[in-house]
Amino acid sequence: MQAKTTILSLPTEEFVHPGTRACTGCGLAIAYRVGLKALGKDTILVVPPSCLTVLQGLFPIASTKLACLNVTFASTAAAASGILATLKVQGEDNIKVAAWAGDGGTSDIGLQALSGAAERGENFIYLCYDNEGYMNTGAQRSGTTPIGAVTANTPFKGKLQQKKDVPAIMAAHNLSYVAECSAAYPLDLFDKIRKCMDMPGTKYFHIHTPCPPGWGYDPRYGIKIGRLAVETGYYDLYEIVNGEFKLTAASEKLVEKRKLIPVREYFRSQSRFRILTDAQIAVIQNQIDAKWANYYKKDE
Amino acid sequence: MHIIENGNVAAALGVKLCHANVIAAYPITPQTPLTEKLSEYVEAGEMKAEYIPVESEHSALAVCIAASSAGARSFTATSANGLLYMHEQVHWAAGARLPIVMCVVNRAVGAPWNVWNDQQDSISQRDTGWIQMYCCDHQQIIDSVIKAYWLAEKVSIPIMVCYDGYILSHTYMPFDVPDQEKVDAFLPPFRPDYALNTEEPANLNTVTLPDVRMDIKGEIAHGYMEIRYLLHEEMRTALTVAAEAEKRFADIFGRGGDPYVEPYLCDDAEYVAVGLGSLTYQLRVAIDTLRKEGIRVGVMGVRFYRPFPDVAVANALKGKKGVIVYEKALSYGYEGALASDLKSALYEHLAGTGTLPFVQNFIAGIGGRDIRTDDLTQSLRAATKSRVSKEPVWIGLKL
Amino acid sequence: MGTRNYRRKTSHSEHGPGDGGRTGSWRVERPVLNKSLCIPCKRNTEACFMCWLFCPDVVISRTIPPKIDLEYCKGCGICAEECPTKAITMVDEAGFSEEDKDKE
Repeated sequence: MQAKTTILSLPTEEFVHPGTRACTGCGLAIAYRVGLKALGKDTILVVPPSCLTVLQGLFPIASTKLACLNVTFASTAAAASGILATLKVQGEDNIKVAAWAGDGGTSDIGLQALSGAAERGENFIYLCYDNEGYMNTGAQRSGTTPIGAVTANTPFKGKLQQKKDVPAIMAAHNLSYVAECSAAYPLDLFDKIRKCMDMPGTKYFHIHTPCPPGWGYDPRYGIKIGRLAVETGYYDLYEIVNGEFKLTAASEKLVEKRKLIPVREYFRSQSRFRILTDAQIAVIQNQIDAKWANYYKKDE
Repeated sequence: MHIIENGNVAAALGVKLCHANVIAAYPITPQTPLTEKLSEYVEAGEMKAEYIPVESEHSALAVCIAASSAGARSFTATSANGLLYMHEQVHWAAGARLPIVMCVVNRAVGAPWNVWNDQQDSISQRDTGWIQMYCCDHQQIIDSVIKAYWLAEKVSIPIMVCYDGYILSHTYMPFDVPDQEKVDAFLPPFRPDYALNTEEPANLNTVTLPDVRMDIKGEIAHGYMEIRYLLHEEMRTALTVAAEAEKRFADIFGRGGDPYVEPYLCDDAEYVAVGLGSLTYQLRVAIDTLRKEGIRVGVMGVRFYRPFPDVAVANALKGKKGVIVYEKALSYGYEGALASDLKSALYEHLAGTGTLPFVQNFIAGIGGRDIRTDDLTQSLRAATKSRVSKEPVWIGLKL
Repeated sequence: MGTRNYRRKTSHSEHGPGDGGRTGSWRVERPVLNKSLCIPCKRNTEACFMCWLFCPDVVISRTIPPKIDLEYCKGCGICAEECPTKAITMVDEAGFSEEDKDKE
């Protein structure tokens, strides 16, 4: 088993320049920066319209040091397939393809192409950064916006529907690797990317990326909030390797600890959850408790 | 080598001869047999290509765009609603200046559903910045695919090779399959100015501002408007390059003609029927009938719809008494798109010179409505007596 | 002098810093490091570097002491929040004179 990467053993080479247009305290920026360290320089990126497009920069200046193809919103995974096909006919064995798309571009408009690519066994890594809304266009709700969140187009009632479980959808494609990660746990993200890189077919990553303007918090608390999501048991770090589910990092430790921070703490930390009632929070707490009771049971 | 095959196979053979190496395919009537044929070539090892059975047409063109950006010679084919589904990508490929070749097997668009032939699908893509070629028979199909790759890669503009669904795609005709060595002599391997790579990484087609902006080397780079202007400008010069393609092709393969128009008995004609695709060959039967009646009439096929060969068309029709445009599509709310473009070309080049013919527009065959040669003859005869109507007249309508 | 002779005819970007301009101008507060509390500084050895890890904008160097590029630092405060010894504090920009604006 590979040793876990530490801050000190993390590669120091940077693949992003400073001075991007990302928001102050952007969670995606952290995940992206560390993710690229894991992917390395022999990578071609595919990016649909999203916050990342803005972070990557406007013509003619790019903030990323890697080759990147911008594509239409719905076509990320199909474009990745096209690049892979070309690399194959060119006999290029060493170049990886990695798609980085937002939750809207993945769970909503991009789901069809992603499902198609996964079913075809396209050999690339797909990283969905989930800031839980269409943040680039001003924080509208998406399929992965959690229930109760106030967004620009669920302004008074909050989102009425549950968060779409995209990793579960992708796991149903019999992938060699599916992972749920968080920008607040960058070393876990790094190790998972490195672990799966040589596995066959499509590898799917779902990365929780806190968003200060979209979620409503002081930017300095971004990592704290990302951690709280995990420590309340609300959002789990895991991997599914050839169909076998396993919690990782801090989530794995919680199974031993048997103690979750009340999810109310997580909701209180962001103004987007301001309309959640105590009753609604209690329901969510029960769901979390039930999920974890199951984890504890499997552990015994 | 002469063979007898259908139009879809002719197209597939053209793609094979051109060594396309990334093929995206999604089924839609009546194009499906074309990409099926390609899957046979790929699985049998006759083509060294990656064949990707995508999950939608939007993804089909996405695959081609990405593959072309990485340096592959890519191909896909579609019809009707499939083309409409990829419309966003059609614009994208042109703005990205990618030399993709796509066969559009013309079919009517929904709503309501209709699988039969008309040209609304490709005509509706007129403004996207793709070059459009229209074929009249199977020889033109296979030859146009080959010419298209050469032209597209020369000017970095994607090309739609269009041919009529069923009428050409599914019928059998004899045609010559060019020798591979000759095609290789005509069409060198694809060498783009830039292909995505890790040694000189670049970020392609990101957000581009309305105004010009300084790059990292201190030079002022284009704004969006300049990039789009260059597409248009190079589309116009593509007319000249198309003539070069035609000549090169003729030199190597021994067949060809005027790159822009295909006239039949037009030299001494007083009235000329104009159209796109196989309809112009059917019109030749009407021409022959009317000629026997002493009417000096001819028919001219327009080979490139975009860029529109305005000068060639105006020169060919200069001094004629009337031009009768037959179309299997229209711009709803006004008139046939070809008729409009043609009128604009005639006005531009001939107004005030005393050589401006009238233009009569007939719409026929919408949704695959049978176009009876008799109806063509009658309508043409009537138009040579006097202009029938300012509004387009729909032939074969049964209201 | 227009862009006619520009070397590309497509939207083709090459990489470099500052696409967003001098993003240091976004700041309302700036991070200030107290070296006496900073673990790698005190031990004079590679250690901690949480501030380097979590900076969204790649403006903190992995050096002893960590250096913050004020040209681009947006003042998010994540480094201050994550520093285990509270060696970094966020200080109001208004407290710095015009000359100090770009200095540590």
